Amino acid sequence: MRHTLSVLVENRPGVLARVAGLFKRRGFNIESLAVNITQDPTISRMTIVVDGEERMIEQISKQLNKLIDVIKVIDYTFAPTLERELALVKVEATAQARREILDLTHIFRATVVDVGENSMVIEITGDVEKVDAFISLVRPYGIKEIVRTGKIVMARGLQSL
Amino acid sequence: MRMTAAKALVECMKREGVEVIFGYPGGAVLPLYDVLYEEKEIRHILVRHEQGAAHAADGYARATGKVGVCIATSGPGATNLVTGITTAYMDSSPIVAITGQVRSDILGKDSFQEADISGITMPITKHNYLVKDPDLLPYIVKEAFYIAKTGRPGPVLIDLPVDVQSAEIDYQPIEKVSLRSYRPTYEGHPGQILKAAQAIAEAQKPVLLVGGGCINSGASEEVVALAEKCQIPVVHSLMGKGTIPEEHPLSLGLLGMHGTVAANLAVSECDLLIAVGARFSDRSTGKVSTFATMAQVIHIDIDPAEIGKNVQVNIPIVGDAKRVLQQLVQKVEPKSHPLWLERVNDWKQKYPLKYKEEGEVIKPQKVVETIWKLTNGEAVIVTEVGQNQMWAAQFYKTKYPRQFITSGGLGTMGFGLPAAIGVQIARPDAIVFDIAGDGSIQMNIQELATAVQQRLPIKIAILNNGYLGMVRQWQELFWNRRYSFTQITAPDFVKLADAYGCVGIRVTRTSEIEDAIRKALEVKDRPCIIDFIIAPEEKVLPMVPAGGSIDKMLVD
Repeated sequence: MRHTLSVLVENRPGVLARVAGLFKRRGFNIESLAVNITQDPTISRMTIVVDGEERMIEQISKQLNKLIDVIKVIDYTFAPTLERELALVKVEATAQARREILDLTHIFRATVVDVGENSMVIEITGDVEKVDAFISLVRPYGIKEIVRTGKIVMARGLQSL
Repeated sequence: MRMTAAKALVECMKREGVEVIFGYPGGAVLPLYDVLYEEKEIRHILVRHEQGAAHAADGYARATGKVGVCIATSGPGATNLVTGITTAYMDSSPIVAITGQVRSDILGKDSFQEADISGITMPITKHNYLVKDPDLLPYIVKEAFYIAKTGRPGPVLIDLPVDVQSAEIDYQPIEKVSLRSYRPTYEGHPGQILKAAQAIAEAQKPVLLVGGGCINSGASEEVVALAEKCQIPVVHSLMGKGTIPEEHPLSLGLLGMHGTVAANLAVSECDLLIAVGARFSDRSTGKVSTFATMAQVIHIDIDPAEIGKNVQVNIPIVGDAKRVLQQLVQKVEPKSHPLWLERVNDWKQKYPLKYKEEGEVIKPQKVVETIWKLTNGEAVIVTEVGQNQMWAAQFYKTKYPRQFITSGGLGTMGFGLPAAIGVQIARPDAIVFDIAGDGSIQMNIQELATAVQQRLPIKIAILNNGYLGMVRQWQELFWNRRYSFTQITAPDFVKLADAYGCVGIRVTRTSEIEDAIRKALEVKDRPCIIDFIIAPEEKVLPMVPAGGSIDKMLVD
């Protein structure tokens, strides 16, 4: 099953390589990874999505915790969370198709950020399923390019890391 | 105080209690070596290859429990440390490796003798540093030693660009380490300890499995106390050898691939397995799905990631082996299991470790046994890797912890001689025997020169069979006797000993074994090689084929 791990790490050079290296040498596949600093600039947060059975995920968490630069690891899979992903989607859009794509964009509360003669770039944020759904709906028009950030999550309510 | 970072590094090391450094100079560590030139308190041992420096530091660490230190220059010097660092990592041995690095301003440009050693050693160190800011060096050194020796010990590497070494800093001693992300757990959870005590009270057929963690935490006394109070038979992993005197009536010996029949059967049949500081390596467990299937498992380990990694555990206890056992011994009631002990003792009687004597043809087991006898079981045994290692493990019965020093996890051929150098320097008065094979000894034989220069009276017993013996044994048993490239020639070790300035003795007949060992024991100021020409096709037995169940052993 797919797990979402939130990993707080020291904001230092090489930490990403340490984390990625750990996944690599134990044969775990990272599905998505998003990193940036937190409210404390000495700490970065990595949100890692990884697919695997329970024991494997437990082992990953323990191995991550062993890294000296890792401050905390939380598995958010079963917690009430907000999750978001941002995607930029470049779609082929002839003059005739433009109206339809625009309608879809509005339904999804997405934004058109660029319009060319035969293309549009749409920015969409939301949970992974919403982004997936939007992409599958515009696919018939012809997708030129997609850039997705990977998932980030945050616990609901007052709970914080 | 104003001083160069190199000088500060040496001051920091003195504060950490470093007495000896194993190293090899080169362009990128010259500022540091220039400081060492005048240094009186720290002894520097010049090795002949950086791999030797890492193994020697490791041997020193294993013999003492202190942090071993090695130094190499950048690039090839640093990469030559890699095997030694991995060896230390696999066996949880605390070493600090210091490497020179090219100047900061040409770093990352494929400069002369540049290698990204902090990148290379990421998966084989507990932690590592590339120091860019000379002012941070004292903190980093303090942290490095702290990380190396606390929690589950392991190697730490500090990579130091040459200009950083020369930079002047304002040196202030660092008193304390504070790492928000590193807080090892030493005390076991009281509830879990209680559960463990209960399980011990209910068990009919308990077995204690002790590993290297017991040696590292100094838990010997506690292991013996628990075993005796509850009459629990004890088996050890290769790294756990020495935890309990092997002549103790409750000791069943080595577990696993080349373990004793009694140890393997006891674990296969037990209803409670108490593993302490052991990581259930595949060499110990054999096929995991058939390992200790009747048993509840208690696992005591300081590294939470070890628990449940290889074997499912019923009662996990994260903590230091010594402290957890102290608590556990207090909580348990005295117990006895006469029927179970009768059963394991019966196995012990029926299936002792044995070998067939064949007139004057030298049996390697006989050599090890004789060394044991003539050293009253008191010598420190260092081994190479392969058959020699297993015969040493089987036939040299240890009495105390840190007496048996061997590359367990990585199985590094060439470990023995340089590690023996580290051991002999740590324990100048001890009798140190490197039990070697003719293959392994050739992997770091250049370190003989180091031992000669330092006048170390290491004894090197080469069990010379003209083969890479362990590989040959596998080929014989599992590859239809196709001895593909396992016949190996060696130099004349007696002449070689002479060339290096040590004593060399050749032994070709069983009746000469004792005399040769006695003669070697008399050499006090230089290494002594004894070249035992042994029965070429002798096997290490018992043996559990790789991936097999440990209750199914080849016995002869």
